Amino acid sequence: MSDTITDTVPRKPALAVRGLTCSFDGNAILSGLDFEVEEGEIFVIMGSSGAGKTTLLRHLLGLSRPQLGEIDLLGEKLHPASRERVYQLRRQLGVAFQHGALINSMSVIDNIELPLRQHTSLDRSTIRIMSRMKLELMNLAGFEDYMPAQLSGGMLKRAGLARAVIMDPRILFFDEPSAGLDPATAAELDTLILRLREVHNMTIVVVTHALESAVKIADRIMIIGAGGIRAIGTLGEVQSEPDEYIQSLLQRRTLRREDDGDAYIDRLTANIDD
Amino acid sequence: MIKRIGLSWSAQVLEPLAALGRFGIFLAQLSGHLMRPWRQFRNTLGQLHFIGTRSITVIAVAGGFVGMVVALQFYDTLVRFGAVGLLGAAVGLSLVRELAPVLTALIVIGRVGSAMCAEIAIMRNDNQIDALECMAIDPYGYLVAPRFIATIIAVPLLTAIFNVVGIAGGWFVGVVLFDIGEGAYFASMADSLVWRDVLMDVVKSLSFALIIVWICTAKGYLLHLASHRTFGAEGVSRTTTDAVVASSITVLFADYVISALML
Repeated sequence: MSDTITDTVPRKPALAVRGLTCSFDGNAILSGLDFEVEEGEIFVIMGSSGAGKTTLLRHLLGLSRPQLGEIDLLGEKLHPASRERVYQLRRQLGVAFQHGALINSMSVIDNIELPLRQHTSLDRSTIRIMSRMKLELMNLAGFEDYMPAQLSGGMLKRAGLARAVIMDPRILFFDEPSAGLDPATAAELDTLILRLREVHNMTIVVVTHALESAVKIADRIMIIGAGGIRAIGTLGEVQSEPDEYIQSLLQRRTLRREDDGDAYIDRLTANIDD
Repeated sequence: MIKRIGLSWSAQVLEPLAALGRFGIFLAQLSGHLMRPWRQFRNTLGQLHFIGTRSITVIAVAGGFVGMVVALQFYDTLVRFGAVGLLGAAVGLSLVRELAPVLTALIVIGRVGSAMCAEIAIMRNDNQIDALECMAIDPYGYLVAPRFIATIIAVPLLTAIFNVVGIAGGWFVGVVLFDIGEGAYFASMADSLVWRDVLMDVVKSLSFALIIVWICTAKGYLLHLASHRTFGAEGVSRTTTDAVVASSITVLFADYVISALML
């Protein structure tokens, strides 16, 4: 018997993206992205800085409206949908931001309790116990009365993750779990992500550019660059792609730029009058 | 060059119009939440404490000194015409009609408006507002509506405190220092102040409260769309300065308009 979800039950897409297109000031950031994320899958989105990972994530969360294309979240269209419908969908999502995005004026425990206090009619003691369980899960017991400004980067991420999973979401989005962390703390977060999938059967979408983390947690990896999908598949499938951009990302090589001299001079002298 | 001038001109004309439109949409998005204040009752109470209770001292001190200065200035003028008996009327009318609502509003802008704008702008800058959205918590209902309701309740009450303490300050200068009869001070005030003056005071304080909270919260909330296109610490600082300047000027403009309409 397999110990992962990957090859046990037939899957249906938790997230489906079709023809997603977005541009800023005439520059295409995402052009015609098509992909699906299956239920119970850990799907890692990778790409170099500026490849559009954060823009893609904002679209998946309904924080930005696509110029073209469709996003289906848990079988429902994200656009067009009323604000109330989007909020109902979001109650089934958890989002852990890169720097935690905890509300600065609240203690750690108040931050974690916030979704429960807003969306449930549970009594205060039940909410407190549930929040402490998540704090224990994230190894943050004893820090409940700390303010966000008193926590380290790794603790902020873990507290953000605790808040993201407090409602036991069906899909968890995690933006850059390992960015700015030492290897031990990053590995600890990877273990937490795997544990969440194992215990709660969550679909998890992770945006990262940390290869070590992707190798450890991903069922499938999607690499984006130059506005499009450069590769999608299991780690082995992605690694076998001959594309130089993919290889530079996976092997941390500098990407060779093919420029002619005129283009270089044009860039240097752009928008200079005299 | 001509193209650049054209673009810059159109940007200068269109940008304020776009900003005005965004402020209108902001208020429209908020309006539904203002009709359901009980939803964020605890939050609203917290804001009422911050905006109202914690402003009482500074409003009382300012009101006291303003009342004393007004009495001093009027005494110096009235004594030349032998009309010091009108000191109470002069102090009462100038405070109730004009000084109390305007100065309370300016103090609230400095103490509360700037803090509200900076706090919301920092939340926008650090993705905290996006985090609320992702938790299916409407930031208009959770962040902005309690501040709106609390400001609209607190500012008229603070104005009333300013009036009372200001009149007491005037009494101290007129009655205690210059020995005008206490009866003359209060009788002339009671004779000259009519309900219309009190109504003007209330209308002004409510209007100023709305102006302050609208401009300060919208400026912070819409930081990412600000025309200065600066973010981080500098963006928050510029936005807060803009909010204080814009709300102060708008309060003074509104003061003139309301006075012109009601006098």
